[in-house]
Amino acid sequence: MRFEFELPNPPTQDVKSDLSERDWVRRSASTVPPPERKLTSIAKLIDVSKCIGCKACQAACLEWNDKRTEVGVNVGVYENPHDLTPDMFTLMRYTEWVNPETNNLEWLIRKDGCMHCEDPGCLKACPSPGAIVQYSNGIVDFVHENCIGCGYCVKGCPFNIPRISKVDHKAYKCTLCSDRVAVGQGPACAKACPTHAIVFGTKEEMLQHAEGRIKDLKSRGYANAGIYDPPGVGGTHVFYVLHHADKPEIYAGLPNNPRISPLVNLWKGGAKYAGMAIIGLTAAFGLLHHVISGPNRVKPEDEENAKKLAKGRAS
Amino acid sequence: MSKYQPYDVMPGDKVNASGDPVTVDRYTGSARINHWITAASLVLLALSGLSLFHPSLFFLTYLFGGGDFTRFIHPWIGVVLFFSFCGLFLRFWRANLWEGADNTWLARISDVLRDKEENLPEVGKYNAGQKMVFWSMSALIVVLITSGIMIWDRYFSNVFTVEQQRIAVLVHATAAVVAICVWIVHVYAAIWVRGTISAMTRGQVTGGWAWRHHRKWLRELVTGGRKS
Repeated sequence: MRFEFELPNPPTQDVKSDLSERDWVRRSASTVPPPERKLTSIAKLIDVSKCIGCKACQAACLEWNDKRTEVGVNVGVYENPHDLTPDMFTLMRYTEWVNPETNNLEWLIRKDGCMHCEDPGCLKACPSPGAIVQYSNGIVDFVHENCIGCGYCVKGCPFNIPRISKVDHKAYKCTLCSDRVAVGQGPACAKACPTHAIVFGTKEEMLQHAEGRIKDLKSRGYANAGIYDPPGVGGTHVFYVLHHADKPEIYAGLPNNPRISPLVNLWKGGAKYAGMAIIGLTAAFGLLHHVISGPNRVKPEDEENAKKLAKGRAS
Repeated sequence: MSKYQPYDVMPGDKVNASGDPVTVDRYTGSARINHWITAASLVLLALSGLSLFHPSLFFLTYLFGGGDFTRFIHPWIGVVLFFSFCGLFLRFWRANLWEGADNTWLARISDVLRDKEENLPEVGKYNAGQKMVFWSMSALIVVLITSGIMIWDRYFSNVFTVEQQRIAVLVHATAAVVAICVWIVHVYAAIWVRGTISAMTRGQVTGGWAWRHHRKWLRELVTGGRKS
């Protein structure tokens, strides 16, 4: 039987991209006019319970994005490479966890990468106009020609995803294969996944599909199975089905209730305006003082007194 | 008569009594070069820093050849400023030591602003306002170089945690805003008090200027360190 969310094979004729700057809903350090159309919200669902840790998604990601990571060193863990890099946008993270209730060893494998937040912290922190954009379908994308490599997106991200290249000093992360989605395809990782642990479709479809999966998991004894679609960042366009949704942190430190750091909100909110206001007020005070009190000039008698003092004739 | 060195007389400070008007040497050539390197660095840092602080000022990056180069050069200018300011600190710290009369001066700040210097105690090489500019800049520059290194992504991105970097970036922005305000006060005071700027350009002020604004210092120079 054909899988319901099987992604189409690439077309053999030329296709036009259906995703452009007209679909931007947010643009870093600048504003965009409201788009004329609203694309259907899309999502990638990662069903952790179905993942076999084969890394086909990583291979497909490298392949599609034409990236190669350096040959690394085995330090006795399964992660390869050891962390996300400017070339590796997605990474299988492996955790050996002993379930205290069953005393069973559970091998938790989570595909890490950009979550495509509805309220993206990277975009909020970015100082360079147009270096980060959000499309109306939910994709958050980096526009490298506008990126200045400052690393502010790293500070803005609640999931510690962006990586700055030491080669071209630009920030890199998962694009949700925006270039593939633009022509009616799905992300390369979802296309490559042999167990359908990675599924791509509309957010609504994915939520429904997740519901079925959770029902199945609960029937098999995972009482706390659920989705990870954190409301603290307005929900995400990459979300998980977890067998232990009550403890996301056991999945290689998946943050429990992530949100944009209050420090970042202060820095990019109040501080930005208060800072400019304080500088402006200080300058205005100087100007006003000069207008009202006039210059403080040395008087001829000051020069006389100085001369007397210098000649040793003053007190 | 006892020979003593007043704490606020610096090497090179000298009254030229034969001139008309009398002139006073206030800053040596090397002190002035040191000052202007610091000044230029501070202005460039403020412009490049502000360009990344508020989106409406991003256009300032064009002064530095675009966003990438601004990101690259800003920390290096900071390093230049830090070492240059260290030079100023070593030259000026002793003359900026706080003394009792500074509290009186500060308490009568409204007389300062209303140009009623007859109500103020006689001032040495620096008044309390100048001393506050000196010490606040010293502290702010230490904070700025420390927090700046923490967010210097190119070299230190792996040294500090993201949470530490978040704190550093907020501290850096706050300290920079305060430093820019202190700089505005510094520049405005130099403009408002006419005859001041020549101290940092040609190194000299007139005797009248010294009599009016730094009379204690002038007396110390005239008596040549002899207490009468």
